[in-house]
Amino acid sequence: MPADQSPPAATITPYPDGPYLVRGDFVVQDQDGNELRTERRTIALCRCGKSRMRPLCDGTHKLIGFKAPSAQEPWPAD
Amino acid sequence: MAGRLIDLPAPRGPLTEALFEALAGPPGSGLMVPDPASPDPLGDEDLQLALYVAYELHYTAIRNVDERWEWSPALLAFREALERPFEAAVAELAPPAEAAELDSVGDALQRIVAEDPGPSLSRYMEVQASREQMLEQVVHRSAYQLKEADPHSWAIPRLTAGPKAALLEVQFDEYGGGNAERMHSTLFAETMAGLGLDPTYGHYVDRLPAPTLAAVNLVTYFGLHRRRRGALVGHLAAFEMTSSIPNRRYGNALRRLGFGPEVTHFYDEHVEADAVHESIAAWDLAGGLAAAEPEVAADILFGARALLQVEARWARHLMDAWEAGETSLLSPLVPVPA
Repeated sequence: MPADQSPPAATITPYPDGPYLVRGDFVVQDQDGNELRTERRTIALCRCGKSRMRPLCDGTHKLIGFKAPSAQEPWPAD
Repeated sequence: MAGRLIDLPAPRGPLTEALFEALAGPPGSGLMVPDPASPDPLGDEDLQLALYVAYELHYTAIRNVDERWEWSPALLAFREALERPFEAAVAELAPPAEAAELDSVGDALQRIVAEDPGPSLSRYMEVQASREQMLEQVVHRSAYQLKEADPHSWAIPRLTAGPKAALLEVQFDEYGGGNAERMHSTLFAETMAGLGLDPTYGHYVDRLPAPTLAAVNLVTYFGLHRRRRGALVGHLAAFEMTSSIPNRRYGNALRRLGFGPEVTHFYDEHVEADAVHESIAAWDLAGGLAAAEPEVAADILFGARALLQVEARWARHLMDAWEAGETSLLSPLVPVPA
């Protein structure tokens, strides 16, 4: 967190068992710098890997039983 | 574009006859409180249409009906007499939440939608529905989609802080993000027009059977009663959580039947939009409301279950009619000239 506590330009929030929601001032682009046009203020990025419109989420995580917490996962015990 | 205006539909029994006759006269006169004893309120054509038109006064002008009927005590007493059996019938379908579920409303909602009790109408549509069946499905949905998001907006003044902000984040997108052309109800009207259907609000009411009207009455009932704000939020959450995947299938169904992007846009837009909305609705809105107002947490889950049960009954109505080789509407659509 920056020392001056100014709000970040964009936030990325992992939702429980669901996608990353991205809010704020952002662009999504491929490795060549081509911008992926997004028409809404908040977008959902695929986190389960199985969306058929990656990098955007299409709800497929529910079909495959994707599980992940919102907070960071602890290191697994050996 | 002009505001909404509908015609009174044809009555379907004594309740609608009494209501429509009164609505033609001066507000407040000629309407008695009925005793609608019905063995099956959710499937009762007369009761559901009477409730639907009583509710429509809050959404639209009705030709030759004085607008003051909307808040006439006689109308509200009439409406309440219909709401009571309706509410009881819904409660019979949707079991109350268990105490353990209230620990995490977001988790409970995920489990509830994973156990959706309905047949997969969208799967049927995707792989085998005929063009006529697709058109019928769209006509059924028009009862809600042409006012998509409106009933949930009644929650806005009743929520505070985080849940209010979450609801607005969803609704802003539903209403096109400030662009009327992207408004979801507008996209649905374009789909209807592209299919050769009439997108005028209320055009098909006479063809809509009780299970279809009941699905719209459910959300209006939750929306108009502040005490049911939990159920209204749960209804929205479950609606959003069961939307992306079926809408992809409906889009595929239309593509299979040879329709282009001007018709599928509504569905394609919903795949992307509701993948965003479902997380916000389940966790920030429903979870946020349960944390802020624990006394409505159980009603959030009730609203989710009620939606799924009433939608399941609607879907079974369509599938049963089609299996029997019949129209799922009260009267078949007039074939569009080729």
